[in-house]
Amino acid sequence: MSIEARFQLAYPGFTLDVDLCLPSRGITAIFGRSGSGKTTLLRAIAGLERVLRGRLVFEGEVWQDVNFFLPTHRRALGYVFQEANLFPHLSVQANLAYGKKRRRSQSDLEPIVELLGISHLLGRMPERLSGGERQRVAIARALLANPRLLLMDEPLAALDAERRNEILPYLESLHDELKIPVLYVSHAADEVARLADHLVVLEGGRVVAAGPLAATLASADLPIRFGEDAGVVLVARVAERDPRWHLARLVLAGGTALWVRDDGHPVGKTLRVRVLARDVSLAHKANEPSESSILNRLRVTVRELRPDSHPALALALLEADGQPLLARLTRRSAAEMKLEPGIMAWAQVKAVAVLG
Amino acid sequence: MAYFRYFRIALSSILAWITIAQADEVHVAVGANFASPMKLIAAEFEKETGHKIVLSYGTVGKFYAQIKNGAPFEVLVSSDQETPDKLVADGLALETTRRTYAIGRLVLWSAKPGFVDPNGEVLKKGEFRHLAIANPKLAVYGAAAQETLKRMGLWETLAPRIVQAENITQAHQFVASGNAELGFVALSQVIDRDGRINTGSHWLVPADLYPRLRQDVIVLARGRHNPAAAALVDYLVGSKARAIIKSYGYGLE
Amino acid sequence: MLSASDYAAIWLTLKLAGVTTIILLLIGTPLAWWLARTRSRWKGLIGAVVALPLVLPPTVIGFYLLVLMGPEGSIGQFTQWAGLGLLPFTFGGLVVASVIYSLPFVVQPIQNAFETLGDQPLEAAATLGARPLDTFFTVALPLARPGVLTATVLGFAHTVGEFGVVLMIGGNIPDKTRVVSVQLYDHVEALEYVEAHWLAGGLVLFSFLVLAALYTLNPGQSSRR
Repeated sequence: MSIEARFQLAYPGFTLDVDLCLPSRGITAIFGRSGSGKTTLLRAIAGLERVLRGRLVFEGEVWQDVNFFLPTHRRALGYVFQEANLFPHLSVQANLAYGKKRRRSQSDLEPIVELLGISHLLGRMPERLSGGERQRVAIARALLANPRLLLMDEPLAALDAERRNEILPYLESLHDELKIPVLYVSHAADEVARLADHLVVLEGGRVVAAGPLAATLASADLPIRFGEDAGVVLVARVAERDPRWHLARLVLAGGTALWVRDDGHPVGKTLRVRVLARDVSLAHKANEPSESSILNRLRVTVRELRPDSHPALALALLEADGQPLLARLTRRSAAEMKLEPGIMAWAQVKAVAVLG
Repeated sequence: MAYFRYFRIALSSILAWITIAQADEVHVAVGANFASPMKLIAAEFEKETGHKIVLSYGTVGKFYAQIKNGAPFEVLVSSDQETPDKLVADGLALETTRRTYAIGRLVLWSAKPGFVDPNGEVLKKGEFRHLAIANPKLAVYGAAAQETLKRMGLWETLAPRIVQAENITQAHQFVASGNAELGFVALSQVIDRDGRINTGSHWLVPADLYPRLRQDVIVLARGRHNPAAAALVDYLVGSKARAIIKSYGYGLE
Repeated sequence: MLSASDYAAIWLTLKLAGVTTIILLLIGTPLAWWLARTRSRWKGLIGAVVALPLVLPPTVIGFYLLVLMGPEGSIGQFTQWAGLGLLPFTFGGLVVASVIYSLPFVVQPIQNAFETLGDQPLEAAATLGARPLDTFFTVALPLARPGVLTATVLGFAHTVGEFGVVLMIGGNIPDKTRVVSVQLYDHVEALEYVEAHWLAGGLVLFSFLVLAALYTLNPGQSSRR
């Protein structure tokens, strides 16, 4: 089962031309710059934007096709808008009840309110809420309407860094709890890295990459688009905790080990880690690992060298026991090291971000 | 500064024009029912005397209020006698200049041919929904219509079906548009230039059913020193004007 | 002081304004909604027709209504066909005329309120499973409440103050069409200035109180974004 979405739209100065097959589990991030068409795509899926040439099939159920258009209110979806968009004339409680009542949803208020930490806000009017609280209520409201698909349009974009950090943990716990697919529009690489299982990258209204997060992040010419945030997201298991140095040993799918700060995750837990290209440097095979302050040194094979966003720089796509890694280096270093696809090298990883 | 100079030039030329124009002009207030004949008479008067006439039409009650509050009228061609009476009492008009220039005639008229019979029996049969009259409190033709109905003994029975217009012009509109099947109007409103009533049907109300509708003209205090004002009053009761007035269905003294 | 016929005129006026306002809200709200939301090319045309009474002299409207509602007019022919008789000189006729004359005063504030609403709350409601009609009553209308309030007050007050149209098609019938403004005019025309002052003073006071209440309770469009 999956979501098939095909839309073609052309305004002066803007086109959307996508043909996607999205998984019906997990969070799919739709990533792109502003103007890339990601919000339009999301609105078209919701039926808020009437794209004349389109076809949308949700788990075998046709929502739009030639001569057929299921109006938004009959699509079993939840939508979280960029600006929470709560009904200003209704209390938080009544906002939450609005969709629940109309969809005859059996969802219990308690667990969702609990999950989003808004039980103390139920009696308030929306104008008395902070931006972060508003967004959490909006998410709860969408969930309580019993959606089979959750659409989120940059739910954190209107918030400052502090508020974002306040909400991100809630979104992560949603990720673990939710049984329905989520389409998450964003232009923030860190949100994508933390939350997404799948990634769709839009540019100029077209899909330039789509697939599972780790593979897609490392593939094709995508890293350039992330600029400073270019990197990979890997899944790792906690194998060992060293109480003396407060370190934890994570093991990647291929067996490669990474030492990270021990954040208290129990042994055996599966975690998501992010390694940025700028935090990975390369040393020639001949220069065997020597004394260095760098904790993590991995044996890698160079798979590919690509030009980067600046002519001085290059991106090296590496492989460590089957896991992708990216390294950013100057083209001069690459030339001096005679880097080329197929050769072995040592990758020194300066930092690993544990995303939880 | 250039604008200011233009403005001054414009202002002074307007003022000059107004003063010059006032020299041989006479401002006349005319009761609405006499508007059409007055236009003809004024044209003749201007041609013969070289004076210029500025006409304003309206209800006499409104003119009274305006004159009391300083309106620049010099002659009132009234549709009644009460208003000149009051103006004289207020010292705003010159009793010696007063003349009766016309006598109004009341007619029961319907826009439908054959609806009103030549003897006014239609009023007694009462087969109609609305009978239009001018407001008896405000208009002499309305008072005359009320008096006629009273003398015929019909005022009480017909009262629920009477629609009152603010003035005789509006009463005519009510009937002409067919919203009232019939109504009391001024003969001058329905008479054609051939001296006959060619539209609908009518009953010329006999003169003994209502008090005489004497219409007086009078020079107002503001026209005291304007020779054109006195000349106009004389002209209005002269033979040429009388012929025009008569052709509009008014009686003469 | 006020006479019995003055009181009758006041009562009639309040009844006329009340009935007119209710009908105006029933007609004006959907019309305002359509004008605020439509992308039809007829929008400008219909909007202009609604606004016409703002610029036309009331006596002109009254005259055309008199002709149109008369036995030869199209409205008159329709009402006769429908068994309603003719409308001029009746209370019903005054209601019809007042509705037409006060229409822009009701439609425009509500339309403005609907326009400032924007798409967002309506879209949110749709994504929560609300049908368009449901959205209209549970989201759009409550949010447009200040506009509806303004429209109600303006529609009522404007009907109370209406004169020219009533004069033309009313026929000045006590208890049926002789409203305060006509009664007042009669007093003035009959030089009954004392009676006129009482009525006029009352009308001014009433209008002032209504407008003062409106501007106090409803200072501008509430900010909701």
